Amino acid sequence: MKRTANFIARTLAVGGLVASLAVVGAVTVRADDQKLLNVSYDPTRELYQEFNEAFAKYWKDKTGNTVIIEQSHGGSGKQAQSVIDGLSADVVTLALEGDINAIVNKSGLIDENWRSEFPHNSTPYTSTIVFLLRKGNPKGINDWGDLIKDGVEVITPNPKTSGGARWNYLAAWAWADKQYGGDQAKIEEYIKSLYVHVPVLDTAARGSTVTFAQKEIGDVLLAWENEAYLVLEEFGTDNFEIVTPPSSIRAEPPVAIVDKNAEAHGTTELAKAYLEYLYSAEGQAIAAKNHYRPSEPSLVADQALVSAFPEIDLVSIDDPIFGGWKEVQPKHFGDGGIFDKLYAPN
Amino acid sequence: MFEREGAVYDSRRPIAPHQHLRPTTERAWVKVLLISIALIYMLAIVVLPLIQVFFEAFRKGFDTYFASFEDRGAQTAIQLTLTVAAIAVPLNLVFGVAASWAVAKFEFWGKSFLITLIDLPFSVSPVVSGMVYVLLFGAQSALGPWLKANDIEIIFAVPGIVLATVFVTFPFIARELIPLMQAQGNTDEEAAISLGASGWQTFWRVTLPNIKWGLLYGVLLCNARAMGEFGAVSVVSGHIRGQTTTMPLEIEILYNEYNFTGAFAVASLLAMLALLTLVFKSLLEWRYGDELAGTRRH
Repeated sequence: MKRTANFIARTLAVGGLVASLAVVGAVTVRADDQKLLNVSYDPTRELYQEFNEAFAKYWKDKTGNTVIIEQSHGGSGKQAQSVIDGLSADVVTLALEGDINAIVNKSGLIDENWRSEFPHNSTPYTSTIVFLLRKGNPKGINDWGDLIKDGVEVITPNPKTSGGARWNYLAAWAWADKQYGGDQAKIEEYIKSLYVHVPVLDTAARGSTVTFAQKEIGDVLLAWENEAYLVLEEFGTDNFEIVTPPSSIRAEPPVAIVDKNAEAHGTTELAKAYLEYLYSAEGQAIAAKNHYRPSEPSLVADQALVSAFPEIDLVSIDDPIFGGWKEVQPKHFGDGGIFDKLYAPN
Repeated sequence: MFEREGAVYDSRRPIAPHQHLRPTTERAWVKVLLISIALIYMLAIVVLPLIQVFFEAFRKGFDTYFASFEDRGAQTAIQLTLTVAAIAVPLNLVFGVAASWAVAKFEFWGKSFLITLIDLPFSVSPVVSGMVYVLLFGAQSALGPWLKANDIEIIFAVPGIVLATVFVTFPFIARELIPLMQAQGNTDEEAAISLGASGWQTFWRVTLPNIKWGLLYGVLLCNARAMGEFGAVSVVSGHIRGQTTTMPLEIEILYNEYNFTGAFAVASLLAMLALLTLVFKSLLEWRYGDELAGTRRH
């Protein structure tokens, strides 16, 4: 009895020692290191992993300073909310303009003219929405109309929390608008039946990808183009294939400095250099390599990376049928908006 | 015993010498069937997934497994988890002992309300517990601007994670101690005081030795949950890799990065911590079962 007690006491003591060492270890960051927090959306993990390394090297060569770039990833809407609630990001690289506008409107941390701060409306790379299918395309899905055929299960995340999901929704809307000649009732009917075909509404794009690729639920994943190619790389081309529909949407994931936070941290200059580097030859090449369509394709040294992107008819968010994010966000995705009206959980 | 209320046993009839008296009325095959169902169920629900965790972790060999822990994200996650547990568990230890002392040894107005409050974290969804702290300390809260002006970071930083963990785990120790201290009553303490012991002396020499095994048991459970908590911590963490991701959050991130080996390697470490806790717990139950009030509950 005594021995067991001693044993337990000793083990607990060792555990305590380890824990206190951990406390000491956690606070050893060198003083002259600069830190930058990039709050981003879900599928950019691999892009920024590679880009951050490249930028840290560039910054070290240029200024001699070491920069540690911290990343936070999640659904774009959720990430914006976290920044509003006080997550002290120096830069945000989110899935859509609407989420950055939300930060502007609800917290005032970002200057309202952020879109003109960097080239191409502060969008260093664009993407589009494509279909990821099971190998051989057994259900014959080639265009948006095929998604509502009987027995087709569509995987897409929740547009209320995920930026990618909003692009999915809008790409489908743009197709239906053209298909039904702008007949509002018919478009809504299409969107409604599209979401009836969705068995799981994940909160973020990466969750949907895992649902489709790892848990093998559904026949088609509406995915960011970059995310679809990543799945092919990670899971192999034996099980999946990509179909690029004849038309889709030009998804413009923008970037911005969180001005007030960067000022408070003294990182404004660093944050600016970081986002500018996305537009450099190296930044654009890294984007293309990670299957984002570079905004300045001519800068990319290896043009094979650029020509790998299929030509596709892309509708812009600023097209009259949408009228920009400021109009789209409340009309479609706000509380009581069109999505709320059309989506009934089954 | 209700098992006896069958037709097999009749005290008025002499039992034939070759006839064994079975404690239950069920047929042998019923017994075998029930035990098999329970075992298969346990195997499918608990054992197989646990084995799968280790299987996935070691799928690509030992080198890949150990390489998973050289990643900075994984290391800081392990450090953070240990740090959070090292702060949260002692806090709840002090609180738990104080609360159970108050509840068990004194009579006061609002006592049953206090007991209900202590149980609250068990019944509230962890996501809600996390959200409460965001509403309380977030940048948009009433306190937010003041915190910011004074450069105090609570949510999306370590203090928030500690708070959320303390909240979720605070019933474990108190719940373990209250029934134990109530059962022991006040007599030992009264004796000590009547012999001239001071309050502190009574606590250290009489009360603490009486409850030590129950306390250790509560600490183990509290620690297991503190290290494993996901929901509440996820809400307040901000998910900054290498800074505010604990082990459960790091597992989610690795899984979402298709790094299944890495995810399951970290998961296996958490599972081992849980198994270690279980071994200690069983050891305690086996040796000191009579001194543990809550043995039958868990």
